[in-house]
Amino acid sequence: MTISPADIESIRKKFPVLHQKVNGRPLVYLDNAATTQKPLSVIESLDHYYKTTNANIHRGAHHLAHQATVMFENTREKIRTFINARESAEIIFTSGTTDSINLVAQTWGRMNIQAGDEILLSHMEHHSNIVPWQMLAEEKGATIQVIPVTEQGEWQIEMIDSLLNKKTKLVAVNHVSNALGTINPVATLIEKAHAIGAKILIDAAQSVAHFATDVQKLNCDFLCFSGHKMYGPTGTGVLYGKRELLEAMPPWRGGGEMIKSVSFEKTTYNEIPHKFEAGTPHIAGVIALGAAVDFIQEMSWSEIEAHESELLLDATEQIQTMDGLRIFGTSANKTGVISFGVEGIHPYDIGTLLDKQGVAVRTGHHCTEPLWNRFGVPGSVRASFAVYTTKDEIELFVAALNKSISMLK
Amino acid sequence: MSIEERQQEIVEEFSVFGDWMEKYEYIIDLGKELPLIDEQYKTEDNLIKGCQSRVWLHADQAADGRIQFTADSDAIITKGLVALVIRALNDQTPEAIASADLHFVNDIGLSEHLSPTRSNGLASMIKQMKLYGVAYSVKDK
Repeated sequence: MTISPADIESIRKKFPVLHQKVNGRPLVYLDNAATTQKPLSVIESLDHYYKTTNANIHRGAHHLAHQATVMFENTREKIRTFINARESAEIIFTSGTTDSINLVAQTWGRMNIQAGDEILLSHMEHHSNIVPWQMLAEEKGATIQVIPVTEQGEWQIEMIDSLLNKKTKLVAVNHVSNALGTINPVATLIEKAHAIGAKILIDAAQSVAHFATDVQKLNCDFLCFSGHKMYGPTGTGVLYGKRELLEAMPPWRGGGEMIKSVSFEKTTYNEIPHKFEAGTPHIAGVIALGAAVDFIQEMSWSEIEAHESELLLDATEQIQTMDGLRIFGTSANKTGVISFGVEGIHPYDIGTLLDKQGVAVRTGHHCTEPLWNRFGVPGSVRASFAVYTTKDEIELFVAALNKSISMLK
Repeated sequence: MSIEERQQEIVEEFSVFGDWMEKYEYIIDLGKELPLIDEQYKTEDNLIKGCQSRVWLHADQAADGRIQFTADSDAIITKGLVALVIRALNDQTPEAIASADLHFVNDIGLSEHLSPTRSNGLASMIKQMKLYGVAYSVKDK
């Protein structure tokens, strides 16, 4: 079941930023894989918190501190339900996906990765799921292995069995590629990784807003995502980890909140999740992230998926026949992301002319340089959709793209 | 013609354009016309890396001490903008280049291309051209 145009209109009404003109044209915002816009409920939640509640959490005996703590912990419970974790203690708030991945690399990684070990990534990882592991590998004398990517922008599945071996201690891959939109078969990989005794981290930054996530069903060891790509505030993120792993992990950042008691002789650390949340967190942001979860859950996943795949199909059909245009990532399993290039035209030129026509897309390497080296191009133009994207916007995008190409040819 | 006079000339040319399309069509044409940099100068050393589009810049000093720039970019709009900047600064003395105030980019409404977030290499190229101006004026003394 898809969402009716009338429903989309009422959803759009909740997003103030969408109703403006850019360069004299109605804004067509197709950069949702970079960050989604925020509904009023999220914006008002931030505002409301600072106007009525602002206090530091988990300390202080006063009324506001108690209220702020309850609201903050409410979001933890909402996130637990959202990804179906066993318990809310397995939800750690971070500043975003990058922060979550670095946390795992610097704690679990430094404790468990040794010289000669292997860390398996894929060729379509975001730099933030490459660099933290490279830093760790360099420090420990471990090596990075890479799952190759096919012309269609999918994992070379047949390579996986030979890449996984006794030396593999960790697998870290995205569920959905930010550059291509490919939905990767992570469930299979999780099973295979566990079969050889490796742990597996899933970068879910590009998936959590587009289809249901169930960490128990997936059985992944870690899962990371950002608030701002799921209609929530920037500067918020989540690290999910299995309790037994989080408990065994040493703390990363030292400070307030993460301790049980401190003396100059000996500090004992707090329980999870607080052990990993040193210092005052982004309280307002986390509370508003709860409102973002509510916004998503007002709809059904089947509605969201049907709408976004309809947009993808519509846009793909219209642009794939354009002269010299090549779509990067042609998997049958994709979220609403179209990455493309036009022969003889630099992505930057297309992006500039689309912007002049009110269409916001991303151009460049999208922080996945190894992937573009593999395709032999410097990058792409990427249009990415969200639940508030309309078919009319796809029409405007296609028309603007046609005009841009004709000007540049 | 001084750098200032050339800038005024460019601003006047752009004043006749009615909308963004005419303006960009002109820039794209300039990009297509810009004489390519001699292949031997398209080196890693002469590459000014923007995050997205790349610019190569080469400077030569003529016998009269004035500087000749040649450049190229892999993005045509960047190349057109590069052509305009070269037109303003080419064949000028190192001192004039080093102290030039390139206000024309703002005047013709293209300042967005100089913002660091655009990452098209244009801002870095202008900085590099001025450095050449400084370097050659020191060398001349």
